Amino acid sequence: MDTLSTTTSSSSTVTTFDLAQVPLREVNSALHAPGLSGEFLITGPAGAHNVAVGVNAPVKITVSGHVGYYAAGMNQQAEILVEGNAGTGVAENMMSGTVVVTGNASQSAAATAHGGLLVVHGDASARCGISLKGADVVVGGNVGHNSAFMAQAGRMVVRGNAGHGLGDSLYEARLYVRGEVASLGADCVAKEMRPEHLEELAGLLKAAGYDDDPASYTRYGSARSLYHFHSDNVSAY
Amino acid sequence: MSTPHSWALRESATFDRAAIAAIDNAAETGLYDIRGWGAKRAVPHFDDLLFLGASMSRYPLEGYREKCGTDVVLGARNAKYPLHLDIPVTIAGMSFGALSGHAKDALGRGASEVGTSTTTGDGGMTPEERGQSKHLVYQYLPSRYGMNPDDLRKADAIEIVLGQGAKPGGGGMLLGQKISDRVAGMRTLPAGIDQRSACRHPDWTGPDDLTIKINEIREITDWEKPIYVKVGASRPYYDVKLAVHSGADVVVLDGMQGGTAATQEVFIEHVGIPTLAAIAPAVRALQELGVHRRPDGVQLIVSGGIRTGADVAKALALGADAVAIGTAALIALGDNSPKFEAEYAKIGSAAGFFDDFQDGRDPAGINTQDPELEKNLDPVEGGRRLANYLRVLTLEAQTIARACGKAHVTHLEPEDLVALTVESAAMARVPLAGTEWIPGAPVTGY
Repeated sequence: MDTLSTTTSSSSTVTTFDLAQVPLREVNSALHAPGLSGEFLITGPAGAHNVAVGVNAPVKITVSGHVGYYAAGMNQQAEILVEGNAGTGVAENMMSGTVVVTGNASQSAAATAHGGLLVVHGDASARCGISLKGADVVVGGNVGHNSAFMAQAGRMVVRGNAGHGLGDSLYEARLYVRGEVASLGADCVAKEMRPEHLEELAGLLKAAGYDDDPASYTRYGSARSLYHFHSDNVSAY
Repeated sequence: MSTPHSWALRESATFDRAAIAAIDNAAETGLYDIRGWGAKRAVPHFDDLLFLGASMSRYPLEGYREKCGTDVVLGARNAKYPLHLDIPVTIAGMSFGALSGHAKDALGRGASEVGTSTTTGDGGMTPEERGQSKHLVYQYLPSRYGMNPDDLRKADAIEIVLGQGAKPGGGGMLLGQKISDRVAGMRTLPAGIDQRSACRHPDWTGPDDLTIKINEIREITDWEKPIYVKVGASRPYYDVKLAVHSGADVVVLDGMQGGTAATQEVFIEHVGIPTLAAIAPAVRALQELGVHRRPDGVQLIVSGGIRTGADVAKALALGADAVAIGTAALIALGDNSPKFEAEYAKIGSAAGFFDDFQDGRDPAGINTQDPELEKNLDPVEGGRRLANYLRVLTLEAQTIARACGKAHVTHLEPEDLVALTVESAAMARVPLAGTEWIPGAPVTGY
């Protein structure tokens, strides 16, 4: 990181990048360094897109401020904290690690994410958890329409309400919603909360820093009636 | 032999036997036809164009002696490591899942032997494919099945797929018959169920978003790899312009004859435009943006119905920098070969007609996940056959280029072409043979 020495300040524990001074490309490149370790602070994001994408190291990254599209995209291993709001596709296609947004997230949060945990303490907009492939998502507030659309695997927890079309064309992902659901999407149904689900939900809430009563939630999943294409289902298509 | 014709019976041109069979099948099953292959209807194609070989006003190059280059560089505009291919014929995206592991293996072997690229498809990158492919293009599709940053970094180029020629505007459907445990695992879905591949990307909409998405992929891969954008041919002038504005290094344009593993017949035959009609508007878009055929420009790869070196040469002459083959590559591996005639008959098809790629019962071992059927394709032999075929395509294109006096196949130009039909002249923007007439263009005189 010699090239950044004039624009970063290092203490024994935290390396700081000021996006007002350092080009994004250099910041992301530095975060891709082989054998990366330690803690990093990114200041002055000012809504920049693609902040801290493609990180693959067990590091802690704090982004102080609002970010644009795809923050923490394809994250592997890292713990990334966004102190502010996040734009479209935060933690998209995350593989592992943890991404926490203290504010709200725009649409398609955790889209296609395969692993790891996304926590949005505020609201998440439309299509939260779209095509989810194994990651966990916990939203402190509400989620917008078509959340968990075609979600294949993983868990999504909504402490508030869900918009229209929740879980449309859902595969095997499990959804837990505490508040109202405006409407369920095709093939998404409410399901019984068995003990293993209460236990699973308690664990997810704890991981996100909440201690709600899991029994206050409703579980939603796929009715699995659309798993095979047939014209008898034409009204659902 | 007595036939309906000899009895003076007349078949309807509108309700012909194929139409009657389709109606009968729909009425019987309540299902529309889902099949593989591309458009089967006759549309204006490269056969409707001819080259003007050199004579008095142009002089040719000597066959087999004078050099005629075939190499192509793709994606030098932004990428640290652009693709340097030895020939301008690449292998189009086809998924593991749709294709067997042996087929993907063979495609990699054949392409690598002649120094060109192969491409993943919906369903992710297999280790076999990466291992056998010298140049591997990794597709970034709406479904994101199997998408992960490790494979992204292993790729030599990344192709963001918006659509394909067989079904512009449509997603995909891999039917349960082909969802083996391995395919299901790669796609994070239960085995044996029909799998929808989305028609839109889950986290971006429109060219402004795509700009950010392309930059994200560049950032993740440290600006090392060319980024392609693939579109199905429908509005190529606008789509190519928007792709370039979005930051594409390479645009892949797939005409309606482009193949598919499983799409509704009605979609294949009735949506999108022929390859021949798509190239000129795409090239005009690149020219207007000042990025056509420039070292720092945007390259155009054209696919959909490429069969011969003449097709390759015609696509290049119209302005493509390279072509991609899919269906033809599978045929080179043995798809629809007469040697499987008896096996085709057992499943109600015939060599030359087989298109039930979706069923997973391909006796050629290509469009299947059945481990027994897969044994019918030897990947080493398949790779050798594909390499042979790619060499022939290249030699044929060189033959034509030399005859037109070109020292490189990409020096071919529209001026080297004429059209046989009014339709093809209008679509390809080259004059009707023996005239100076391009329908819709102002007459300029000789």
